[in-house]
Amino acid sequence: MASLMALTALGAREPAVVEIGPLRITERTDLALASVAARRGRMADLAAAAQTAGVPLPEAARHQAGTSYSAFWTAPEMWFVEAPFGSHEMIADLLKTTLGDAASVTEQTDAWVAFDLAAADPAPLLERLCNVDFRAVPKGYATRTVVEHLGVYLVKLDQGTVRLYGPRSSAESLLHALEGAAASAW
Amino acid sequence: MSQSHRIEGGQIDRTKTLRFTFDGVPYQGHPGDTLASALLANGVRLMGRSFKYHRPRGPISSGSEEPNALVELRSGGRQEPNTRATVAELYDGLTANSQNRWPSLRFDAMGINDKLSTFFAAGFYYKTFMWPKSFWEKLYEPIIRRAAGLGSVTREEDPDAYDKGFLHCDLLVIGAGPTGLMAALTAGRAGKRLILADEDFRMGGRLNVETFAVGQALGADWAAGVVAELTSLPNVRLMTRTTVIGAFDHGIYGAVERVSDHLLAPAQGKPRQVLWRIYAGKAILAAGATERPVAFENNDRPGIMLAGALRAYATRWGVKVGERVAVFTNNDDGIRTAIDLQAKGVDVVAVIDSREGGALLPGIRHLQGAEVIDTSGKLGLKSVTIRQANGRSETIAVDALGVSGGWNPNVNIHSHHRSRPVYDDAIAAFVPGQDGPPGLSVAGAAAGAFSTHAALKTGRDAAIAALDLTGAAPDLPEAEDAPTRVTPLWFVHHGKGRAWIDQQNDVTVKDVKLAHQENFTSVEHLKRYTTLGMATDQGKTGNVIGLAVMAELTGRSIPDTGTTIYRPPYTPVALGTLAGRSRGKEFKPFRLTPSHHWAKEQGAIFVEVGNWLRTQWVPKTGETEWRQSVDREVLATRKSVGICDVTTLGKIDIQGTDAGAFLDRVYANTFSSLAVGKCRYGLMLREDGIVFDDGTTARMGENEYVMTTTTANAVTVFRHLEFCRQCLWPDMDVQLISTTEAWAQFSVAGPNARNLLEKVVDQDISDAAFPYMGAGNVTVCGGLRARLFRISFSGELAYEIAVPTRYGDALLREMLSKGAEYDPIVYGTEALGVMRIEKGHVAGGELNGQSTALNMGLGKMVSKKKDSIGMVLSQREGMVQENGYRLVGVKPVDPQGKLTAGSHFLEKGAAAVAANDGGWLTSKVYSPHLGCDIALGYLKGGDRKIGQRMRIVNLLGNLDTEVEIISPHMFDPEGERLRG
Repeated sequence: MASLMALTALGAREPAVVEIGPLRITERTDLALASVAARRGRMADLAAAAQTAGVPLPEAARHQAGTSYSAFWTAPEMWFVEAPFGSHEMIADLLKTTLGDAASVTEQTDAWVAFDLAAADPAPLLERLCNVDFRAVPKGYATRTVVEHLGVYLVKLDQGTVRLYGPRSSAESLLHALEGAAASAW
Repeated sequence: MSQSHRIEGGQIDRTKTLRFTFDGVPYQGHPGDTLASALLANGVRLMGRSFKYHRPRGPISSGSEEPNALVELRSGGRQEPNTRATVAELYDGLTANSQNRWPSLRFDAMGINDKLSTFFAAGFYYKTFMWPKSFWEKLYEPIIRRAAGLGSVTREEDPDAYDKGFLHCDLLVIGAGPTGLMAALTAGRAGKRLILADEDFRMGGRLNVETFAVGQALGADWAAGVVAELTSLPNVRLMTRTTVIGAFDHGIYGAVERVSDHLLAPAQGKPRQVLWRIYAGKAILAAGATERPVAFENNDRPGIMLAGALRAYATRWGVKVGERVAVFTNNDDGIRTAIDLQAKGVDVVAVIDSREGGALLPGIRHLQGAEVIDTSGKLGLKSVTIRQANGRSETIAVDALGVSGGWNPNVNIHSHHRSRPVYDDAIAAFVPGQDGPPGLSVAGAAAGAFSTHAALKTGRDAAIAALDLTGAAPDLPEAEDAPTRVTPLWFVHHGKGRAWIDQQNDVTVKDVKLAHQENFTSVEHLKRYTTLGMATDQGKTGNVIGLAVMAELTGRSIPDTGTTIYRPPYTPVALGTLAGRSRGKEFKPFRLTPSHHWAKEQGAIFVEVGNWLRTQWVPKTGETEWRQSVDREVLATRKSVGICDVTTLGKIDIQGTDAGAFLDRVYANTFSSLAVGKCRYGLMLREDGIVFDDGTTARMGENEYVMTTTTANAVTVFRHLEFCRQCLWPDMDVQLISTTEAWAQFSVAGPNARNLLEKVVDQDISDAAFPYMGAGNVTVCGGLRARLFRISFSGELAYEIAVPTRYGDALLREMLSKGAEYDPIVYGTEALGVMRIEKGHVAGGELNGQSTALNMGLGKMVSKKKDSIGMVLSQREGMVQENGYRLVGVKPVDPQGKLTAGSHFLEKGAAAVAANDGGWLTSKVYSPHLGCDIALGYLKGGDRKIGQRMRIVNLLGNLDTEVEIISPHMFDPEGERLRG
């Protein structure tokens, strides 16, 4: 493999872990990400190929975990598929091979910074950040929302864990917003 | 003398003492006090000066409707003007100063205005300062602004943070008096998600200031019990110190929570205030009512208050405002004030009741059919003069007077969608009309239901109705259900002196009469002519009186006269609260390029491009002036090789079997014919034929393209393509996604670009293997996936190489290190600009949203062989004129001659007037290769003027330079270098 050393979205060698009160923010650099969009009229083919390959294609506004691949819905007939970076750095190539010409697949791994937010109740934090009724939405909820002017994907992994995908170039600004809101919340 | 006016009782914690100062004088109060209650407890009634006449003023209310007792709270960066002392919660160490006075509150030199009041009637400024016209801006306005006004703004930065947030509920209850508490209890017990918000720091509303029972308990205790129960319910969120400021669309309410205003300073990391956006399924307005005064001569002296406020200070805060008190009323609630005060041991010397008949109060001098006609006391009330029913007048020594002219329901929020309140004769007040905000109902005193029983009942019923509750509702506790008995009295007909209607704006009955005399009789005209109802209190106490006076003058009824309505916010909101976290350097998030950390290490200068921070230039040791760095970067690139981070350019992945056909429609030129492994410059037009954006698009596979856009238009182009895909041509098989941030992309330019890249790219990239305009997937540094495009913006042999963003920093360092033998430099946006202008490439200055492809010299790119967005309209007659603007290059005849962007073309000898304007310079740089300023510009008929001499004129910059019009391709016009 190449000799180049990777930097995290925050410009460091190692992913960030920040603790503020009851909140733990963990930067996830170990996730590979790709968008999968059904080619026009090929949804059935895509669904079949995805099922064979173990790629979940959850319904609207949902995240679904799988064995190697997990996925969340982003638009009609379009998903973001996650996998471990270590084994799936070439996630786009892998999915293209698996899904064939039923889908358009695009690598998204480095387009985003991923933060996992863990707290017993993240609602006081999230209500200061985005218009998501966190307590009311079910586990596995996934949506596109806005945090401090940044378009983000928010996934409710469980009652106490949230995954936030924000634009990679604004990782520092996003983390700063999370830290500020956390200090306010708790 | 400490707390000389404190009496027994009240909801204050006397075990703790809080120290504070007002105008530098130290005082003491207790937790539970407001600044106003604490000052009154200390015998301080004079708290401010009025807006126009600088009249001495004290508080007239005990709530957020206060027009007079406005102070500058805190100091330094936290100083806040126009803070109502009546709602400023007391804390230890509070400092407050009076405002709009000089040199002191007791002696205010501007009080001379009061003596000159004849000159300052409504419309005075409009009539007086009209001539000479030029005096207004320089002389009149500054003088008036200095003399009139409210508090001053600190010039220091606000040290506090402000949050914004989002809340969701089934029911929002606005106001936690008896109505709101009962509504909340009903909804809360039913398990509904509920938010109960109140502007006060203690819930209970008027129950906290009354002495009667609710159920078996004192009203305030009943309220505390309900609050305790609601606190225990997980589905209920109680928000004290939270003012619902407005009703917006779709059941959204704005609310300001004052998190830290009751503290000396916010706790570490905590915001001062939070602006909440509340998404409520339903809402109940239970905002209560505001008492209104009666206008009579000199009714604005400190010590004259709303009767309900006198009662509130006594009951809730244990304060008697005066030693000898009188009450002037036209309704039964004023009577209640007299009874309550007397029960507290206050000496109530008279009740001046404008009504005739009925039972007399036992044990109090109750004067029926009487009116207050004048008062005395310069800095505080000393006496009132009354006119009895038999016409005899009498002066009574009092130091406090409670005035009650009836109660106005707080309909404000119900009017935020322009619902017009309607007049209810039974209570002599406006109540909510029809067509309020959908989902908002009104209950209790806000709806004109004034008794406590009515409040409780309507609150409960409103919750049941709003939420369609079917289960058992809470029982109604027993409570007083006295009828509302009021005989309207708006102003006392007596004398020629001034009787104040709107104390904040110094609007008197006379001003309303003048407005009537001058035919400003509509309520909207009345408001603007007299300033009635403007400023920080928005006429909460004065509005209705003003229009009632107008009604009387015009002989119309009050309903016929109508009322003005209300806009958000309900009470003033600090600008910092509206800004939230978006201020200073955090106004918007930053976007950092993959090379940012490297560039920072080098001491690079950054420039904001949208939210991006791009490297503008990278100074080397010894370079003291930016041009030295930029010239060096340009020369080094053209001599050997330079690297520039171009990640910021938009990248859009376009896939699908119709991707090529899609591009043919969105681009003016053709892309379906582009071979796999090649890229092409594309021009995108708007529907109206004007150039929208440009960039190169590469065909990476049969059904896969990668489009690049300008940095500025990355988002708008993506949005445009999505619109085309989803709305214009939904039948096309096209999928889009932005990959701008997924790839770190570097331009590598200069004669040694290929030599340098060969050090890192694993494949053969010789001219034969990777020719000009080639594109494809490669690997670098031993197998890392990468994309290579042979394109040039600088006019040099150039490539753009992209790797996954996390490796961008390492790739840059690797290129600099592996290619060290070629002396590579990193150049910034300035050098990029110099080279593109030398080469005649268009960018932001030329892509100005007004120019066509023809203007840019790119007219032939608009293919007529196919249809594309903007093609037809780009051929409109006016846009293809032969003498239209054409892009030209410009250089001064004298190499020392200066050019500036924005300057205009003029023929030699032509006068510098618009009629002779030939066009303008769009971009200008200094070219180290040509040794002079050069520029691009749009010149009328420019393509036929190459070689001619003209002038470049900038009247603002005092510039008049003789120039030669040249081809925009000023450097290597044949393009030999980029194909090298």
